[in-house]
Amino acid sequence: MAKLPDNAILRRRRRELAAGGAVLLALAVLPLPIADVYTQNLIIMALLFAGLAQAWNILGGYCGQISLGHALYFGIGGYVSTLLFLRAGLPPSLGMFAGGLAAGAAALLVGWPCFRLSGHYYAIATLVVAQIAYLLALNWDFIGGATGLYVPFHAESWGDLAFRTTKRPFHYIALAFAAAAWFAGYLIEGSRWGYAWRAMRDDPVAARSLAVRLLPSKMAAASISGGLAGIGGAIFAQYVGYIDPDSVMSLQLSILIALPAVIGGVGTLWGPLLGAAVQVPISEVSRSWLGGAGRGSDLMIYGALIVTVALLRPAGLASLLRPARRPPPAAEARNANAA
Amino acid sequence: MPTLLEVERVSRSFGGVAANVDVSFTVQAGEIVGLIGPNGAGKTTLFNMIAGEIAPQSGVIRLDGAVVCGRGPLAAARAGIARTFQVVRSFDTMTVLENVMVGAFAHAHRTRTAMAEAAAVIGATGLAAHADTPAASLTPPGKRRLEVARALAMRPRLLLLDEMLTGLTPAEAQEGVAMIRALRAQGITILMVEHVMEVLLPLIDRAVVLDLGRVLTVGTPAAVVRDPGVIRAYLGERYAAA
Amino acid sequence: MTPVLLLQVMALGLLTGLVYALVAAGLSLIFGLMDVVNFAHGQFLMLAMYAAFAVHAASGVGVALELPLVVLLLFVLGVATYRGLIARALGVATNRGMVQIFVTFGLGIFLTGAAQFVFGGDFRSIGDGMLANRSLILHGLHLPLAQVAAAVVCLLAFAALALISRTEFGRALAATREDREAVALIGIDRNRIFALGWGLGCAAVGVAGVMLVQFYYVSPNVGADFALIAYVTVALGGFGSLLGALVAGILIGEVEALTALLLEPSLKQVGMFAIYLAVLMLRPRGLFGRL
Repeated sequence: MAKLPDNAILRRRRRELAAGGAVLLALAVLPLPIADVYTQNLIIMALLFAGLAQAWNILGGYCGQISLGHALYFGIGGYVSTLLFLRAGLPPSLGMFAGGLAAGAAALLVGWPCFRLSGHYYAIATLVVAQIAYLLALNWDFIGGATGLYVPFHAESWGDLAFRTTKRPFHYIALAFAAAAWFAGYLIEGSRWGYAWRAMRDDPVAARSLAVRLLPSKMAAASISGGLAGIGGAIFAQYVGYIDPDSVMSLQLSILIALPAVIGGVGTLWGPLLGAAVQVPISEVSRSWLGGAGRGSDLMIYGALIVTVALLRPAGLASLLRPARRPPPAAEARNANAA
Repeated sequence: MPTLLEVERVSRSFGGVAANVDVSFTVQAGEIVGLIGPNGAGKTTLFNMIAGEIAPQSGVIRLDGAVVCGRGPLAAARAGIARTFQVVRSFDTMTVLENVMVGAFAHAHRTRTAMAEAAAVIGATGLAAHADTPAASLTPPGKRRLEVARALAMRPRLLLLDEMLTGLTPAEAQEGVAMIRALRAQGITILMVEHVMEVLLPLIDRAVVLDLGRVLTVGTPAAVVRDPGVIRAYLGERYAAA
Repeated sequence: MTPVLLLQVMALGLLTGLVYALVAAGLSLIFGLMDVVNFAHGQFLMLAMYAAFAVHAASGVGVALELPLVVLLLFVLGVATYRGLIARALGVATNRGMVQIFVTFGLGIFLTGAAQFVFGGDFRSIGDGMLANRSLILHGLHLPLAQVAAAVVCLLAFAALALISRTEFGRALAATREDREAVALIGIDRNRIFALGWGLGCAAVGVAGVMLVQFYYVSPNVGADFALIAYVTVALGGFGSLLGALVAGILIGEVEALTALLLEPSLKQVGMFAIYLAVLMLRPRGLFGRL
């Protein structure tokens, strides 16, 4: 085979990997000077949602299947790891992977029937499936029903992912999660799957004519996406120390998981992180500053912000990072004469 | 030359209207065959049956002796039938190189292999200058070229071209013809549907002429244009009026 | 369980289902016209309920005044939403499908916040309306008057929508739905039709909201539940189908009522969601869907 010449794709991927490493390093030292618990919490939540949004992005962005039910996978991850800890004594550092596996399996189960639906039918079906699970969880006593479950606390340990006196370990847990999700996105972008998914999203008929298998591709995306969201749910349960259907399986949460990807840039590597860095602080700050006194003004600001970003930057904030890819004028002219 | 594609007594109707009746013909390996006929002759239906989009109601289509019809477009693609579309379909958020890589991934498992293969195909189809251009910003003839490149990257055994010269300016059409000639030089077997006979005839080895869903005649371009039935059915509508 | 109880429950399911159907019809109309799902639909309903509540509190005249005022308000709101947001959302270069979801979703959050800002978070209801606390007794069935009135008015609104689809405007709607490009050639202003379609869809929600608040409480978050039911109803009936919305609305109302009776009240939504999923597996485009 001919030696591969250096090209724009390979250059971009090298740049992105380097940037990823730099950002990871920056985020690793970021908490060191921050002693304020409120800010620490803000950053941890932003990292968690960056990872969750990237998980959503794998199915919704690269693969183009707009899921409005990712809280289901988040919730399954949280419940499975918490229940394994409570009932079987499995430490959450392992339990979170069990939660991820269960969530990934659930995503396959949901995907198998739902992927036959297209467009809005698919989006609403995912929303309904998640809502059914939410209602069942509210009524299922074995998992605590509407009262929820407290995560037992034995001692501070990495095995149990339990820390009471400091939030800092959770910063690194959330960072590891966000980095893993980012890296999953990076690997997917460069893989056969990533190409197939994006092709399928842009034009399923053409993709199929090129021997792309639509259903298995979507199933693969769903399981990775759901599995990552499940791990995120397990981490969240450990962080908060308590879960109930409202906090881990609600419709609002499904939207919150998708939103950073949309704000930051759907189907892009940096969109979810960027979106979470904007969305989480704004929603938290407006809630804590305005939520009490302003009677809903936080929601008004938040809603208006979503509308504004969606209208002004439809490709997301990530499109600000990179100038629009446009062929140079000379190429444009040649292009006009081609074929 | 061995027979590559066999279409054997294929029929298909839609709601009682016969689109194809008892259609039979073959395509030899390395040949360029034109599928022609006036509007409503059943070209598109036949094309879509070979591409796997539509199942024939009777008859059979074989590629290299193996049945390829009625099992969907994916099966057809995996059997080695690549196609372009009448209304161009490109992956608009991806660059030209990335578009073509999707085709290459049909056989390549590693990204670098696919990339090298795609780069080679892009060079051969005259798109090298646009490798990193988003497909969305290609001109219509550029997109047609991209579709061919994408299909070629699959390393198909049979390439189906759906009206790829239609709607181009004469100059653009000539460039398209040149590209198809270059493909033939590489030994690729092509079946092309075309409405405009003038551009097509000098390009093809044989023509299959359809009329009202049936095969009117099969033969060399020279023989086909002299066929009285063809003149009546197809050329007639144009030249009789002139 | 007595037959009378069963009949009673089914009658109430029908009355509720008709309200669901009208809420869904507004959503379906907009979707059928331009492929846009309004994720602020539930908040529009909530707004209509608050508006009726406010008119009631200010005037005390009753439904006869609330209905025209609120329907007009919602119509204007619908047109304004189209002109101000949706037309822009449809004009973006990339991610059009996603932009429209999140623009309407953001609008929904905004409206929820606005309602909280103006009315506070409390649950409110029209307890002293002329329809309140009275029942129609029919062959031993107790039917709350407010719900009967709501069902009747919703049915009338359906009839009005069906009539509108036969007018010149209705034909323009249908033509715009069939072929957006071609209508421009015959002198139909697509934007105007879309705007009117939004107005009409929201007016339908206005009717439903006024009637709903006669017997149901309103709070800033009341929209979410009804919106979810509306999405399910529309998807079940088939996006864009008026008849589908009517049939699916009644079906959903019945399934909900019967699940609550036969299984467990807190699971009443599970029953209707399950029916919806089952139908969708058999008919991916809903009962009457063409799109």
